[in-house]
Amino acid sequence: MNNFSRFRINLRKEDCISCRSCVKQCSFNAISWNEETKSLVFNHAGCTDCQRCVSFCPRGALFITRNENTFAPHSLYTEKVLRELFIQSETGGVLLSSMGSPAEKVPVYFDHLLLNASQVTNPSIDPLREPMETRTFLGRRPAHAQRGTDGKLVNNLLPHLDLQTPILFSAMSYGAVSLNVQKALARAAEKLGTYFNCGEGGLHESLYRYSANTIVQVASGRFGVHETYLNSASAIEIKIGQGAKPGIGGHLTGAKIIGDVSATRMVPEGVDAISPAPHHDIYSIEDLRQLVSSLKEATGYRKPVIVKVAAVHNIAPIASGIARSGADIIAIDGFRGGTGAAPMRIRDNVGLPIELAVAVVDQRLRDERIRNQVSIIASGGIRCSTDVVKALALGADAVSIGTAALCALGCHLCASCSSGKCAWGLATQNPELVKRLDPDQGADNLVRLVSAWTREIKEIMGGMGINSIEALKGNRLALRAVGLNEKELEILGVRYGGE
Amino acid sequence: MLKLDALMMDENELKKEADTAEDVSIINCLGQRYLGCARKKGHMLLSGTPGNGLASYLDGARIDVDGNVQDAVADTMNSGLVTIHGSAGDALCYAMRGGRVFVSGNAGYRAGVHMKAYKDKQSLLIIGGTAGSFLGEYLAGGTIIVLGLNKGDDSPLTGFFCGNGMYAGTIYIRSRVKPVNLSDTLSWSVMSEMEKQEELVPLLSDYVKIFSLSLDAVLAGTFARIRADSSKISKQLYAAV
Repeated sequence: MNNFSRFRINLRKEDCISCRSCVKQCSFNAISWNEETKSLVFNHAGCTDCQRCVSFCPRGALFITRNENTFAPHSLYTEKVLRELFIQSETGGVLLSSMGSPAEKVPVYFDHLLLNASQVTNPSIDPLREPMETRTFLGRRPAHAQRGTDGKLVNNLLPHLDLQTPILFSAMSYGAVSLNVQKALARAAEKLGTYFNCGEGGLHESLYRYSANTIVQVASGRFGVHETYLNSASAIEIKIGQGAKPGIGGHLTGAKIIGDVSATRMVPEGVDAISPAPHHDIYSIEDLRQLVSSLKEATGYRKPVIVKVAAVHNIAPIASGIARSGADIIAIDGFRGGTGAAPMRIRDNVGLPIELAVAVVDQRLRDERIRNQVSIIASGGIRCSTDVVKALALGADAVSIGTAALCALGCHLCASCSSGKCAWGLATQNPELVKRLDPDQGADNLVRLVSAWTREIKEIMGGMGINSIEALKGNRLALRAVGLNEKELEILGVRYGGE
Repeated sequence: MLKLDALMMDENELKKEADTAEDVSIINCLGQRYLGCARKKGHMLLSGTPGNGLASYLDGARIDVDGNVQDAVADTMNSGLVTIHGSAGDALCYAMRGGRVFVSGNAGYRAGVHMKAYKDKQSLLIIGGTAGSFLGEYLAGGTIIVLGLNKGDDSPLTGFFCGNGMYAGTIYIRSRVKPVNLSDTLSWSVMSEMEKQEELVPLLSDYVKIFSLSLDAVLAGTFARIRADSSKISKQLYAAV
């Protein structure tokens, strides 16, 4: 109902030339054209503030505001709480949300951490003049250097991933996002020398040629998983959980299983695709070990295996178990990890911020002297280059980005992914909308974004007097905290500013 | 055919040797895991007790086992044929995508969970004896048949939670006794003679040949069919915020 809409569409009439571009661009039916009155009609309730119409208005005549109408202020029963009560009493539905959790009361620890820099005693390094290594290797390290009888080093490296920058693209499945999004990610990964992850919806045949930059996923539904799929990737990720919905399975409704999505997932058109919450063949670390081993068997021990888990309360012992399961890489997805659709109560109340999770996992694996058996990929709310640097300093080997990558492709965080109507053509399978993203242009945007971050990372490292990612990993002395309590400092393994 | 004796071999050694030939016969298997993993071609003849993960991701080969098998057999199997002249452990055929698995004896817990079907890939699991709890949970396609030949058609042939959460595919049970606590989102219908002929004969004909059974004797029992009742499947109701 328009009276209570979240947003209002506003028009500066004197600037409007009635080109109706906004009508064409809006995929949420919030703007239409009245032929009789020759004027725009706004359905404010449909507006998601995706900014598509604003971007395409040639005269800058449109702008979106919050609805000024105000519910009676109440510190407990806020407008958000009231809206949710109204929706549920009207529909009886489980609240469904998209994108990472915006929970305001959960601290963003990255914002409480400050980086160090060199002054006087240890010189800083100028990345423009001196080499600065951002190349990163992910995977199990050999326990010892080995030499042949001739005294020369024997290459006993185990299968690993080789990244030119410690940033990967997070798993986003074909079905949740369009094929054009995956194409843009794949092409960007190839140019950047990093990896994209096809998620659990299978790998479209047109993407097989990016195998040197592809990570494929094996989730509980095992959709599209077969020998060719496994061998069309540089690494295989077993998806146990996801930060936005720890402990929850996936459900792609039959309505979205059409055309190529059906063929790629190998699910008949119109039939639901359910990923059960657990893998029913994994009830223990021993079972996980078995799946890791069988995947390695199926791929001739040529590919590292990643186990992806959501950051939850016991993440440290869980990670220890994963490290002992034979996995080469642990991917930890934090509380703020993105999603195409997740029950809102789960998203906003379950799990741990990635900063705490990485810190405790790194510490636990070091304490158990198994840290070099696995690499750690951190994800869930990595917004900028300093988040990357801080995550590495807390103990990650690399990070992966989902939401930030989507923003490079046009996403404005309207968080309506689950509607399937994404006006930017990202989280949709509607052919008309999908066309809105040109995969090549998208790839260029992604390359620019990640290259810019990489330059910033080099500059920050140079300022610290560090010239390689290796020297940054787990280097918590490079961090100081502000505005945190002693317990938080202890868990993060970081000293207070000034200490 | 390559002949191997697994008695004193560890699993890596055995796998490596076995992978050198398309057709291989292994005697005295003693728990060595992942035999036949992702195998595309040829014929594997095993005796003794092969270990966990036998035939996982199997991609076209035929594997015959003269003996019992352990857990996670035919996990995510893609195509091919596995015959087990004995019983199977837990998590048999998990997420199996295609091909056929024939067991002459019993199957443990979680058999056929989340099996599926797509176009020419129609997974089929036939169990000659009985099955443990959680048979065919989350079934997304394909067919499971439990014959209970060691029990008769007047006994329950499965454990608890048979077919829970299944939303496609079919489970056939050769018994007049409904599985305990069968979910009310599933339909249970006893089959007519004509239905048995039409639906079961094509599925069972190879099975009875392989295990030297009489098709008529097998079909003489009462069969019932379990399918998801689409009118009753409780779809989670969502409301977008």
